[in-house]
Amino acid sequence: MAIFVDKETRLLVQGITGREGQFHARQCIEYGTRVVAGVTPGKGGQNMDDVPVFNSVKEAVRETGANCSMIFVPPAFAAKAIMEAIDGDVDIIVAITEGIPVLDMMRIKNYLNGKQVRLIGPNCPGIITPGQCKIGIMPAFIHKPGGPIGVVSRSGTLTYEVVHQLTTKGIGQTTCLGIGGDPVNGTNFIDCLKAFEEDPETKGIVLVGEIGGTAEEEAAAYIAEKVSKPVVGFVAGLSAPPGRRMGHAGAIVSGKTGTAQSKIAVMKEAGIHVCDNLGRFGDFCAGVF
Amino acid sequence: MKIHEYQAKELFRNHHIPVPEGYVATSPEDACAMAGRLGGFPVVVKAQIHAGGRGKGGGVKLARNLQEVQSAAAAILGRPLVTPQTGPQGKKVRKVLVEQGLDIAQELYFSIIPDRSTAKIMIIASRAGGMDIEEVAAKSPEKIIKVLINPLTGIEPGHCREIGAGLNLPDSLAEKFSTLVENLYRLFIEADCSLLEINPLVITAQETFVALDAKVEIDDNALFRQKDILKFRDIDEEDPLEVEASKYNLNYINLNGNVGNMVNGAGLAMATMDLIKSAGAEPANFLDVGGGADAGMVENGFRIILSDSNVKAVLINIFGGILRCDVLAEGVVQAARKTGIKVPVVIRLQGTNVEKGREILAASGLQLITAADLNDAAGKIAEIARN
Repeated sequence: MAIFVDKETRLLVQGITGREGQFHARQCIEYGTRVVAGVTPGKGGQNMDDVPVFNSVKEAVRETGANCSMIFVPPAFAAKAIMEAIDGDVDIIVAITEGIPVLDMMRIKNYLNGKQVRLIGPNCPGIITPGQCKIGIMPAFIHKPGGPIGVVSRSGTLTYEVVHQLTTKGIGQTTCLGIGGDPVNGTNFIDCLKAFEEDPETKGIVLVGEIGGTAEEEAAAYIAEKVSKPVVGFVAGLSAPPGRRMGHAGAIVSGKTGTAQSKIAVMKEAGIHVCDNLGRFGDFCAGVF
Repeated sequence: MKIHEYQAKELFRNHHIPVPEGYVATSPEDACAMAGRLGGFPVVVKAQIHAGGRGKGGGVKLARNLQEVQSAAAAILGRPLVTPQTGPQGKKVRKVLVEQGLDIAQELYFSIIPDRSTAKIMIIASRAGGMDIEEVAAKSPEKIIKVLINPLTGIEPGHCREIGAGLNLPDSLAEKFSTLVENLYRLFIEADCSLLEINPLVITAQETFVALDAKVEIDDNALFRQKDILKFRDIDEEDPLEVEASKYNLNYINLNGNVGNMVNGAGLAMATMDLIKSAGAEPANFLDVGGGADAGMVENGFRIILSDSNVKAVLINIFGGILRCDVLAEGVVQAARKTGIKVPVVIRLQGTNVEKGREILAASGLQLITAADLNDAAGKIAEIARN
């Protein structure tokens, strides 16, 4: 078991003929992901290795039965690509692209309202169910298949660090995903917590947050009320100065809100085991799980 | 991206949003000449810097005649202005805005922001104009009106009426107010603003609305389609090392500490800064070299860190995914050979091609301190910080 994606997932890649799209599509195929189609407008009829390329998502879905799209389209065109995927009848969209304007993402978020499709990201490393499928840019070898831990994070490399330490301690993962570092994104912490809670193979959850916004506070309230499995938390940005965007568009302390200190306090109050030393994260998890 | 008040007011004028007549000056003589172009006294001389709270720091002065304009501009220009938002060192003032004084009947607060949790555009307004809105929100939240707008459907007459009613505006002003709010909303959307704030928005004795102040920030992610606004960038307002870093697409923020650091990924970079702090030192910077960095970017990043004279040690923490450890190692070696290293450098590598990366570092003959893992790196930084 896993959440959102598994070995049955049929992936199409929007932007498969670009440098990054091509590189990562190949990495996903090598991991065992069923990459069934690529989409690049104007390049329909070509092939990327053995993967057929189509002009539109609709066509790719109709011809190949793809049910998930991974997006590598540059920021200026990414919103259109996501809209096309929403209208193209896939179940899950994983948007890797970093740098999409906030206004575009707000429009997409409102457009998603009431629809069944799930958007993961943007500005995220993607999602991996170790041993089954990888949809994203994360290094595969750091993961350990078989569970029992689910990992959800707002970050990329910080997630790799956390996962690597879990694996080093012999703790495997069910599914690991990044929900992205932008202020407005698709899937949020709560969606993932709900799915991990319902997944019988997931016995514990790791939640990695950072400064900015209120996603961690909302997650903490949800955990206190609805999550029975143990949760280990980490929040990056204790030393971040207010008013500065720390790399991620969403990572900013505004006035007194969004600080790591306040998030950690709320998370501890909700019963989350918050680790305050990233260097010993693996040991900390071994103790809790 | 932040822009100056006078630039924000230029955007306002282009969108038919009333602002006081005003001109920019760079010297006291210039300020007097500009005051002469206005329709009489009093005029207001306002410091143009990228920070709020200018009035509290003495950066906004009323002048009743040319002599007062001269002395106000002389007092403000060419010196650092310290406000609650600049830090103790202040920000040097290079320009003033000389503006027509107005006959003010009432001061309001008005702003538009993207609300991240609802993904709607939020208009915030209050009768408590001219005050610190965060204070008003904390002390008397009932005085603040918030209206959410779906960016797909846009602003509707009902939104404007709701805000106007909340502000207790008389019926005679309703139409003018709706036009104003619609124009402001349109500017917010068209210019990809991440903040549009008017404090105060005034109602004059002649019953017109005028934006007395204007604070506009643009979404950095949208600058690719805001070429006209990009011209407003003022690098004098930015940290010189940050300007240098931006030339190489490096995500760098200069801080006050003494341990420089270079990391790939924003989240890991923040966590690494936290680690430096908990080791008893202070981070000198934030630097995310990004996933797609090449040896040249790493070299420039390393050089920029070392050019900060406060830096007494450097921690490089790379979790190789897309950025391979061997590429990182080559960049560090190149930079070290060119600039020389006079401070201890702790390097922690993990991930793709880590063995190759470690070999390159070892073969370089450079005095680098390698750390086995993050915990080891933190310990080595703590040891350096103690000495």
